[in-house]
Amino acid sequence: MNSVRIFVAPAVLALTALAAGLIGQGTAFAASAEKGKAAYIQYGCWQCHGFDGQGSVTSNGKVLARTPLPLDAFIAFVRTTNGQMPPYRPPVLTDEALADMYAYLQSLPQPKSASDIPLLGEVRSQ
Amino acid sequence: MPKKDPSIKLDRRKFLAAAAVAGATGAVKPAMAATAAAPQAQLRLPSALPPNAHVAAAETGTPQMPSSNEGRPGSDFMVDVIKTLDIKYLPANPASSFRGIHESLIDYGKNTMPEFLTCMHEESAVGMCHGYFKATGKPLMTLVHGVVGLQHSTMAVYNAWCDRVPVLIMGGNDLDAAHRAPGVPTFHSAQDINAIVRDYTKWDDTPVSPQHFAQSFVRMYKIATTPPYGPVMMALDGGLQTEPIREDGDKLYIPKFFPAAPPQGDSGAVKEAARLLANAEQPVIVVDRVARTPEGVTRLIALAELLQAPVVDQGNRMNFPNTHYLARPASVIRDADVIIGMELSDYWNTVNGFIDNGDEGIGRNVTKIKPGTKLISISSVDLITKSNYQDFQRFQSIDVSMPGDAEATLPSLIEAIKAALPNDRKDAIAKRGQSIRDAHVKGLAATKQAAAVAWDASPISTARLVTELYAQIRDLDWSLVSTAGNTSNWANRLWPIEKHHQWLGASGGYGVGYGAPASVGAALGNRDLGRFSVSIQSDGDLMYAPGVLWTAVRHKIPLLAVMHNNRGYHQEVMHLQRLASFRDRVVNIGKDLGPIGTSIMNPDIEYHKLAESMGWWAKGPIVDPGDLGPAIREAVAVVKTGQPALVNVQTQPR
Repeated sequence: MNSVRIFVAPAVLALTALAAGLIGQGTAFAASAEKGKAAYIQYGCWQCHGFDGQGSVTSNGKVLARTPLPLDAFIAFVRTTNGQMPPYRPPVLTDEALADMYAYLQSLPQPKSASDIPLLGEVRSQ
Repeated sequence: MPKKDPSIKLDRRKFLAAAAVAGATGAVKPAMAATAAAPQAQLRLPSALPPNAHVAAAETGTPQMPSSNEGRPGSDFMVDVIKTLDIKYLPANPASSFRGIHESLIDYGKNTMPEFLTCMHEESAVGMCHGYFKATGKPLMTLVHGVVGLQHSTMAVYNAWCDRVPVLIMGGNDLDAAHRAPGVPTFHSAQDINAIVRDYTKWDDTPVSPQHFAQSFVRMYKIATTPPYGPVMMALDGGLQTEPIREDGDKLYIPKFFPAAPPQGDSGAVKEAARLLANAEQPVIVVDRVARTPEGVTRLIALAELLQAPVVDQGNRMNFPNTHYLARPASVIRDADVIIGMELSDYWNTVNGFIDNGDEGIGRNVTKIKPGTKLISISSVDLITKSNYQDFQRFQSIDVSMPGDAEATLPSLIEAIKAALPNDRKDAIAKRGQSIRDAHVKGLAATKQAAAVAWDASPISTARLVTELYAQIRDLDWSLVSTAGNTSNWANRLWPIEKHHQWLGASGGYGVGYGAPASVGAALGNRDLGRFSVSIQSDGDLMYAPGVLWTAVRHKIPLLAVMHNNRGYHQEVMHLQRLASFRDRVVNIGKDLGPIGTSIMNPDIEYHKLAESMGWWAKGPIVDPGDLGPAIREAVAVVKTGQPALVNVQTQPR
């Protein structure tokens, strides 16, 4: 089971907690990639970002697989996004579930290099 | 006198002729008969004498008629007219309201030019015409049943209208309320059947004589094929089809068709546009339906290279090779100081954006360009704006607006720019081109790396889907006839699209159900031109009218359909998720993956079996990406033999 303990930076959490109506300092989540995958599907993240976090240009879904964003920034974005992605607020999606999702996204395999995929060498070259 | 046959339907022209005869013969007797029969009634009703038996029979009975075999049927002449216009096929679903012309087409006309193709839905028939035109540049005609058949066809007509594609539609009707058959044929008749499509056709008519038909058919062909192209409609009266032609001195004639020259932008406006473009620091060219023909691509390349300006191809036609170093994504417009938009579907949405993410779920507008950016437009659609349906989109103020055909205007614009280019700007323009070339190369590398993410995933990624497909067709003269559904534009991003027929664009009106019939229609055209047709076929689109699969087999139309089977109406999946999030609710997905009402699963549809049942070679479901290439390879071999083949692939959502 992919389970990691993830700490959210207090300052960022304070912002998100404020928005969420939560009080929390130094909150720690026992994040589960397995639960995170289930939540990722249940809450519809796959719809724009793909089941494997590969993203989609036409859904404006960014690549999420092994996202370089820290967890706190990840949560803050989900709470406050005002771009094409709708915000998910705590009554709908808890910080704990988001931490689980984050663990799932970090557990996804590192994408191959395009140069290691022969078929991608056969598509357009210019 | 011909023997009277009461089973012969009396059309209104015969009725009028017979009634006139009956009236003349009956005029002598009524007063005398009335006087003898009812002196008391005469007292009570002195001004309205009842008819005698002869007159009553003439008014209410079936008049004596000439033989129905006298003269040639009107619909034979109609076929003569149609044959002058080089229309190769006529996809249609059969119907009684056009039985007259149907019989003439297949017997008198020997079922050639046009050849009748059996369709299972009027929407499929119009969709086939739509796809065929985009593959060949030649319009087709279709016949639809009165009222209900036309109603079936309407979404496809709207797609053709929005996509600026000529389709010749003839709808059977029977205007003569006194003589058409009661019951079903009367349910399927109307005063004005054309009304339902009038808002999204260029022109329509209801001819009332054979000569009127000849004029109107040639006229409708000319209107449909003059840019901006569009569908046209003709109501075809049942009586007019079946009535024998009796020429009263004037010989029937068929007007000769001469194509009209496309409208061009005003010469003064062209000069002003040229001045702005020649002096711009960062000009950007945005195109949507510029290249009506392959020549349009050549002209656009000449314009782009003259200016060394990036080209953003919005993709409703193959306008510009994506392998050209000046092909760039839409994001480049943010740096533009002059933008020329040509044949854009939506200029406002090109230079502005709508973010569906405001308070209470109400979207907000944002601009995508710098203040002061000059905007130029060439659009033939400005010449045919209608009122009801909102395909004209939001209003955008334009600095130099030229209602006219862009492809036809390009030569004069290019010459005007050459004349306006200051000599001291030529080095700067060349330098601009080099920086765009560098960005193009970097962009391609990033695109390939994005395609590598989730390469081995199951369900199969859309990037993997289109890459595996390309590997199997790359050495053929391929034509991507449709990408119904959404595969993140991977084909446009990864395949070298350099020929006009390699990319045929989308539906126009975003009416779902376009992909399957348009693919079959385009494949029909490509078959005759020796090209290999491939479609990326989405699940929801196919299920609107899957009977078109049978039409492909019945008429030996080779097509490789690779399913983008994401098991949902994915656009709607996201809409519900969005609304639920705005409302702080967890969307109810029931036992599916997507919100209730949006999934196409439980059970999964076995598209391969559906296709097999109608005679296709088919394989699936493919869920392991490792199985995909071999399955497509098999399918390609089948299609090369002249048959259609389908590979059912379970895919990621987009």
